[in-house]
Amino acid sequence: MPQAVVQMKNITKTFPGTLANDDVSLTLKQGEIHALLGENGAGKSTLMNVLVGLYKQDSGEILINGEVKNFVSPKDAIASGIGMIHQHFKLINAFTVTENVLLGDKGSLFISKKKMQTSVAKLANEFGLDVDVSAYISQISVGEQQRVEILKSLHKNANILILDEPTAVLTPQEADALFETLRDMTNKGCTIVIISHKLDEIVAIADTVTVLQKGRVAGVAKGKDINQSNLSRLMIGDDIVLNTTPQESNIGKTLLDVKNVCARNDKGLQGLCDVSFEIHEGEILGVAGVAGNGQKELGEVLCGLRTATKGSICLSDKDVTKCTVRSKLDSGLAYVPEDRLGTGLIGNMNSIDNSILRSYYTHKGVFIDYKRATSDVIDAIAEYDVLMADPKAPVRLMSGGNMQKLLLSREIALSPKVLVLSYPVRGLDIGAMEKIYSLMLEQREKGCAILFISEDLDALIKFSDRIMVLHGGSVSGIINREDAKIEELGLMMGGNKEGAS
Amino acid sequence: MGWVEVTTGFLSATIAMGTVLLLACIGEILTEKSGVLNLGLEGMMIVGAVFAFIVVQTTGNLVLAIAASLLAGALMGLIHAFITVTLKASQVVSGLALTIFGVGLANFLGQNYVGTVRVASLQAIPIPLLSEIPIIGEALFNQSILVYVSILLVPISWILIYRTRAGLKLRAVGENPSSADSLGINVFATRYIYTLIGGALTGLAGAYLSIGFNSSWMDSITGGQGWIAVALVIFATWNPIKAMLGSYLFGFILILGLRLQAFGIEIPEMLFTMLPYIFTIVVLIFSTGKFGKNSKIKQREPGSLGTPYDREARH
Repeated sequence: MPQAVVQMKNITKTFPGTLANDDVSLTLKQGEIHALLGENGAGKSTLMNVLVGLYKQDSGEILINGEVKNFVSPKDAIASGIGMIHQHFKLINAFTVTENVLLGDKGSLFISKKKMQTSVAKLANEFGLDVDVSAYISQISVGEQQRVEILKSLHKNANILILDEPTAVLTPQEADALFETLRDMTNKGCTIVIISHKLDEIVAIADTVTVLQKGRVAGVAKGKDINQSNLSRLMIGDDIVLNTTPQESNIGKTLLDVKNVCARNDKGLQGLCDVSFEIHEGEILGVAGVAGNGQKELGEVLCGLRTATKGSICLSDKDVTKCTVRSKLDSGLAYVPEDRLGTGLIGNMNSIDNSILRSYYTHKGVFIDYKRATSDVIDAIAEYDVLMADPKAPVRLMSGGNMQKLLLSREIALSPKVLVLSYPVRGLDIGAMEKIYSLMLEQREKGCAILFISEDLDALIKFSDRIMVLHGGSVSGIINREDAKIEELGLMMGGNKEGAS
Repeated sequence: MGWVEVTTGFLSATIAMGTVLLLACIGEILTEKSGVLNLGLEGMMIVGAVFAFIVVQTTGNLVLAIAASLLAGALMGLIHAFITVTLKASQVVSGLALTIFGVGLANFLGQNYVGTVRVASLQAIPIPLLSEIPIIGEALFNQSILVYVSILLVPISWILIYRTRAGLKLRAVGENPSSADSLGINVFATRYIYTLIGGALTGLAGAYLSIGFNSSWMDSITGGQGWIAVALVIFATWNPIKAMLGSYLFGFILILGLRLQAFGIEIPEMLFTMLPYIFTIVVLIFSTGKFGKNSKIKQREPGSLGTPYDREARH
């Protein structure tokens, strides 16, 4: 019987306004891969941030190898052999791999570059982690960056490794390679925690699963109890079945025609490179790709928030490449951005103000017709099942799903010809997800041309008429739904051009 | 006067004027490398200046005066660190407030000293042999101790930042405090230390101004040099060696204005007094906004500059 290396007992942690962890207990056994499963906002990351000393729990205690520990900073957790790989990597882009790994070490006053590099390369070899130790972080791929993070923890002699959503930024093939590495590490005596909301990968790799729901433990599964239906029931209290299915639709004339579009990303580097595609009336074009491969830039270029450095964009035969955002919207474009609170809605304004932001300039005179606006919003709330206590309360108090429904209702109220949806269901529960997808299909039936950016390959294959894969800002290929297979999409996401496989 | 004397005098004054900027600039580089933007340089410099002057007038002791300026600057730095690191308030607002506070305090404390004869001054210490080199020797090697200190600080701070373990930590905190924190580096302590050091060096710059460079105390003695130092940090892309070149360049421009007037050249004096500030504005325009987006300056800027670190902030 392997011993319990970590015991977290009755941990409670609150943030202003939210109870993130409510009386949560968790036991980690030596040499296991323990998955922490739950929807976004279930409290998984918070719990692990408490374990590594980044957050201070309000109550409850932590035992490492049977000893009560009181971590006040990550330094203490490192000393106890706990390392965490955060979802957003904590790497310093301006430093080399070696510098990142050795940062925080004690030792001689001056630094010898060569000695440092050899010692890091040796460690990387030992664990089969393939990285270029002298490269700058900004030069290496996301997969490599993740290996640097693992290396950092190993260098600090971590034997308990926590990975927060490790596969979110990886292609399916890279994820498999990661899992192999992790399995190797447990064979060498490490204990691994994986935080995830992806059922399939947890079923594939975990020895034990703790399911969190709304900050509480919903259940623990082991061995053969780890299967999709069991876990999904624990996670949301229901089996995940997306009932929405697309109808046959009549694909008509071209509404959006994008030709050789290039654009820079936030760092001023090439973010989009020669992207060309067209979307027809009543068609959904899905966009697949590992996060950060040009999806955000594509959405922003289309709606005019980012300038195209090259190429042209035609909206129902009208060249809108150089048009302002307003005139693009007026010619029938609607855009649901990936961060609904920030770009989409204004958190401190209420739902009425947010709804009229899109059309206030069509009101006559200086004053806003609040009577009309209020009744419009109340109608929309009823039509789209938006749950809110008071239309006059700030929208930041609403749940993600309701925010998204409000935002989508605002965008489709003006019957757009082209609808750009950027990660429309990110972080939503299953009910809201269904609603959003059915609204999307409804627009398709009305003849709208839809660009649907998502990270969920199953949903992409299910809803899109064609799927375009982005890698490094260029199009790896566009394939029809009938020909789309996850494995092939995965290869294309990794940069393989269509037909090369 | 022959041209040799004129050139020598000119160079000497340029180095002296540049030293004020250089001390403050190195201090600010160290502070900004830790991710703390300190716009209070003008205030810290003038507070250092007034304390150095008052201590000289009351005790006649120059060492005590220098110590007072270091302490006064460090205390101002401590206020800035407390407000921005511990209380996590806006670095911009705190810096501006400290400038206004510092200038007001110094003018108030110094009002009785305006026009008084200074009891003691920092004397030039000629370095044997080197100071006998024609023109350059006089300008570089026959200066006060603070000039030599400032020149020595250039390689010392460069090595500290780029070649030592402490420097690696400093840069890590400035680039990405949450990474540094997750590796057990104390972000708060690091930011406190370098904000204090920056304040102390700026105070020292003030001391050089009031007990070395100028012959007596006057209201608003710093006259915007703290601001020029802030701009110089950007101009130098956070590199102490370039900071030295920049400081002497700006020192030259400041002196040029004064000297041309003395020679009675018929160019409106306001044009020359404006020159360094126009230069400052040009530097700032090219380092920020549209021009700066892809520039070297943006790449060299510490990643977290201007942002207080909050460990429990949720993203």
